[in-house]
Amino acid sequence: MELIRIENVQKTYKNGVVALYDFNLTIKKGEFVFVIGASGSGKSTLIKMLYREEKPEKGSIIIGGINVAKLKNRKVYILRRKIGVVFQDFKLLPKLTVFENVAFALELFGYDKQSIQRRVIEVLDLVGLKNKIRQYPDQLSGGEQQRVVIARAIANNPKLLICDEPTGNLDPDTSMEIMHVLENINRLGTTIIMATHDREIVNKLQKRVILIEQGRLKKDFEKGTYYNERY
Amino acid sequence: MRGIRTIRRYFRDAAKSVVRNFSLSLASISCITITLIVVAFSIVLSYNVENFAESIRKDVTIIIFLDSDATTEDASRIEKEIKSTGNVEKLTFKSKKQQAEETANENEIFKTIINEWTDETNPLLDSFELKVKDVEIIKNTANKIKEIKKVNTVSYGEELVDKLITIFNVVKKISIAAVVALIVVTAFLITNTIKLAIYARKREIEIMRLVGASNLSIKIPFVIEGLFLGLLGSIVPVLITIYGYIGLYDFFGGKLFNSALAKLITPNPFIYLSSLLLVIIGILVGMFGSWQAVRKYLKI
Repeated sequence: MELIRIENVQKTYKNGVVALYDFNLTIKKGEFVFVIGASGSGKSTLIKMLYREEKPEKGSIIIGGINVAKLKNRKVYILRRKIGVVFQDFKLLPKLTVFENVAFALELFGYDKQSIQRRVIEVLDLVGLKNKIRQYPDQLSGGEQQRVVIARAIANNPKLLICDEPTGNLDPDTSMEIMHVLENINRLGTTIIMATHDREIVNKLQKRVILIEQGRLKKDFEKGTYYNERY
Repeated sequence: MRGIRTIRRYFRDAAKSVVRNFSLSLASISCITITLIVVAFSIVLSYNVENFAESIRKDVTIIIFLDSDATTEDASRIEKEIKSTGNVEKLTFKSKKQQAEETANENEIFKTIINEWTDETNPLLDSFELKVKDVEIIKNTANKIKEIKKVNTVSYGEELVDKLITIFNVVKKISIAAVVALIVVTAFLITNTIKLAIYARKREIEIMRLVGASNLSIKIPFVIEGLFLGLLGSIVPVLITIYGYIGLYDFFGGKLFNSALAKLITPNPFIYLSSLLLVIIGILVGMFGSWQAVRKYLKI
């Protein structure tokens, strides 16, 4: 079953730079997909359009039945509640504890206190941070902060997890730990799309790889690796 | 149940954020405070001017003198005819005898002179004192009365009254315009102050949107925060209005220039109504300011 269908998408920025050109892609439920490409290839634009941070000027992006390309500003939250997003720069609220940062998203949906408590502990356990729930983000290492972000992203049981260079700010060992967490989540049934620059990770995990070059889909490997491509 | 929980969370978050962002809250609160003080002054001023105008209007009297040969029958006929003009609040008859006695009581010299008069030699005229209902058409009423038979003279200080009516109309319009302008300016000032306050929390709003908060659910806590800011900002202006006005009233003994016409409005319930008005303005302006300020960060 397909979860994402991208058809004829084109995106030009105001300064005239074409970020994506006639882009087509389908992703099935439960897949783990790496999106790779040099800086400025349009990779980030693609990821941002998936969570409707950017809007395509042409074409359609259907995610789980929602046409993201036509989604009104006012209704973006409908999409965001069905997906989870993990960022390179974490985007945690510094004044809230780990627990509160994860609970934050759940509170928005109006769950009651007990369910929130239960679910927050559950996801923090899944990412291995159960013992740090009372700490503030600046008391955590980069890897730990990223785990909190992942926990927040999956707290609402999203069908799709979008990761925009989640290991970009982390050392190789920590990156691998994060990847194990993501693999675990994928194994539990969540589709994951991850943009990355990290060769080692892509080569090691042996997942589907999509290579974007100059705004076009250059290659789509079923079990691809990074090193046989030239950069 | 879910709704109540959500509303409770909105209020809790708003209160938390007022405390957490205290320095910026203080900036917004002082902004509201200062402008509300000015609004308070103009409310007090304009209502008192309106009050002076009202008391002067109420005091406008038409004096109608009857011919010297008018009989008692004439007087009662004239009374009926005056009443038929419709613009009568109060009509009192004063015979020349009463008039003479009143004048005699004013001072000793008058008394000696007036005591010489008999009913026949009394040179004064019988008169009516008319308080009109509607001062705007006083000219018209006076003209009608002039037409009545055996009415000698009709006087009401035409020019003075006409001028006062125009002046008070102008003053009233200006003070209303001033209050409205002040409120608009306050709203802008507060929007900008709150914008600064919210700018510091741009990231928080961005994250809220990213994890799936609807625009409305982001806005509501900020609007409630604006409500709190407005409420806190109106405390000082309300105290100033209540204690300041009572002090002012006592200091002047309730009237300006020692004149019976320039009476100040009695503090109760005026100050409480004004305070209520200030609080409402503060709250509305705070909420509106927050609403406007947060809108900016909810695009795309």
